[in-house]
Amino acid sequence: MSRLNPINKKARKVEQAIVAAGGDVEALQKKSNASPGRIYYPMGCTLNFTPGWEIDNSGGTAGLCQPVERDLFDCYLGCGWPAQVPDHLNNAPDWTDKCASATNDWRKVDVVFP
Amino acid sequence: MTAVADVMSSVTYRPAEAHLFRAAEAEFLYLVPSGAIFRMDGLGKEIVDLVRKRELMRSEIVGYFLSRGCELAEIEITIDELEQAEVLTSGRSKPAAPVVPLQSFPLQRVVLNVTNQCNLACTYCYEYSPDKIAQQDGKPKYMTADIAESAVEMLIKESAGREGLHVTFFGGETLLNFNVMRSTVEYATRRVAELGKRIEFSLTTNATLLTPEIVDFLSEHRIGVTVSIDGDQELNDRMRIFHDGRGSYSVIAPKIKDLLKRHRTNSIGARVTLTSQVSDVKRIYRHLTTELGFDSVGFSPATASPDRLYHIGTQKMDNILDSFAELAWEYCDYALVGRQHGFTNVSDTLKELNSGVSKAYPCGAGVGLLGVGTAGDVSLCHRFVDSPVGKMGHVKNGGVDHEARGEFLATHHIGARYDCHTCWARPVCSGGCFHEAYIHYGQTSAANLHYCDWIRGWNDLCLQILGEISVRNPSFLERFDN
Repeated sequence: MSRLNPINKKARKVEQAIVAAGGDVEALQKKSNASPGRIYYPMGCTLNFTPGWEIDNSGGTAGLCQPVERDLFDCYLGCGWPAQVPDHLNNAPDWTDKCASATNDWRKVDVVFP
Repeated sequence: MTAVADVMSSVTYRPAEAHLFRAAEAEFLYLVPSGAIFRMDGLGKEIVDLVRKRELMRSEIVGYFLSRGCELAEIEITIDELEQAEVLTSGRSKPAAPVVPLQSFPLQRVVLNVTNQCNLACTYCYEYSPDKIAQQDGKPKYMTADIAESAVEMLIKESAGREGLHVTFFGGETLLNFNVMRSTVEYATRRVAELGKRIEFSLTTNATLLTPEIVDFLSEHRIGVTVSIDGDQELNDRMRIFHDGRGSYSVIAPKIKDLLKRHRTNSIGARVTLTSQVSDVKRIYRHLTTELGFDSVGFSPATASPDRLYHIGTQKMDNILDSFAELAWEYCDYALVGRQHGFTNVSDTLKELNSGVSKAYPCGAGVGLLGVGTAGDVSLCHRFVDSPVGKMGHVKNGGVDHEARGEFLATHHIGARYDCHTCWARPVCSGGCFHEAYIHYGQTSAANLHYCDWIRGWNDLCLQILGEISVRNPSFLERFDN
């Protein structure tokens, strides 16, 4: 909430823009509409990290996007979470080249050093 | 202090362009040109009040409120928000907003002047008075079904992705050509159903030719009706007369009552034309609502050159604003207890202020709306039909003349109406009616400077009403959201 008192629709839009501009990343803070009280998990996103890898909120990989790599790409393409993955556009375009099937080849995903 | 903080604290603030108004013992800002309205209170109001006295550096504002015991973070955030909302403006350069040229404007509505003939001879009529601009020599008196259907096809083609279309029937007296109106409604309904779109119809009439069969037809097809009428018998018959001089009231009153009683599927409004001799707003409103039974009544001054006898002079217009105000506050009283009032001038303005319009053009003419004359000529709007000005193609020969339309829109944009650039009412007014400007100044692009004070007075009044409602019965405003 801002300190402004919008009266009409245009003013409410202005307020929304201000709140959005100064806002925090909300993806994992947002509450689920479907089951209030539980955390809302965006599609293709997990909260838990096993060493070097992600699992879904049931503890397995079945609920992750297909293939599992897509989940990684969505982290930075969709969610703006660049720290989790190498820069796939400019500096490390081939970091997943040896990983044709993430379920089997996940050990072959390259480690990238900046 | 860091370099960045140093630069920030020397930024100078002044109030941005806005119109200040009071309502419900509170203070409001109507921001220009965004059209956003904020109620001012707390620290925000104190900062704006301070800056309004004179320009101040950020460090001065912060220092002033720190010394009065405010928290630093609170002061900083409030200043930032006021600047972001453009309540305050600073000398810091901002990236210029991109100018988006209007390139695509799908058509929403055509107004078909199905005849240029009329069985009345109202003194002020812009189609017959000395101010007439239409040149009807050589044009047919009545539109044929073929031309009307081509106009519907043009509307469909030019509407692009729009789901909802609208056809308005206009004249002359529209019902003199009821046959073509009826066949066009049936044709358009069928065509639009084939395409999975929606269509609505409306009609403007003087009500003299209404019959039970016509009323049934209007009701069956949910046709919205606007009835031109100027009040009770004495007032109406001053201007709205037959060719032999007889007044029209006694003919139309029973027909209007029958229309209002049996046509319940769409809105039926009264449209009053104010002149030097017919200007008793409250008396007219009372008569049309309580005696005849209209739910909504709209008033508009006659468009006329200043030397016409019926032209409303400045003095009279000021009086009209006073009586508008009386009726408008009555609207407000109704709104505060959740009741609908029929003074449509208020509801129309409130709708625009509530959504916060910031118009590039005063109306839809040439943008979403075009007029079509009896011969099929396309024009800027129904008021320019068959005039040499505002010609924009022909329904059969190529449809809309996009080049003419584009040129018109480029030269009539609010950006080109320099007189308006310092006026706070420009987001809603945008320079005013093209036809009014043409009659007064001989050019469509002129700003209507003869009613600026009036427009500002009216918008200030409606802003106060909006403010009052927003504090005392905010849920009433939800009805304007759609």
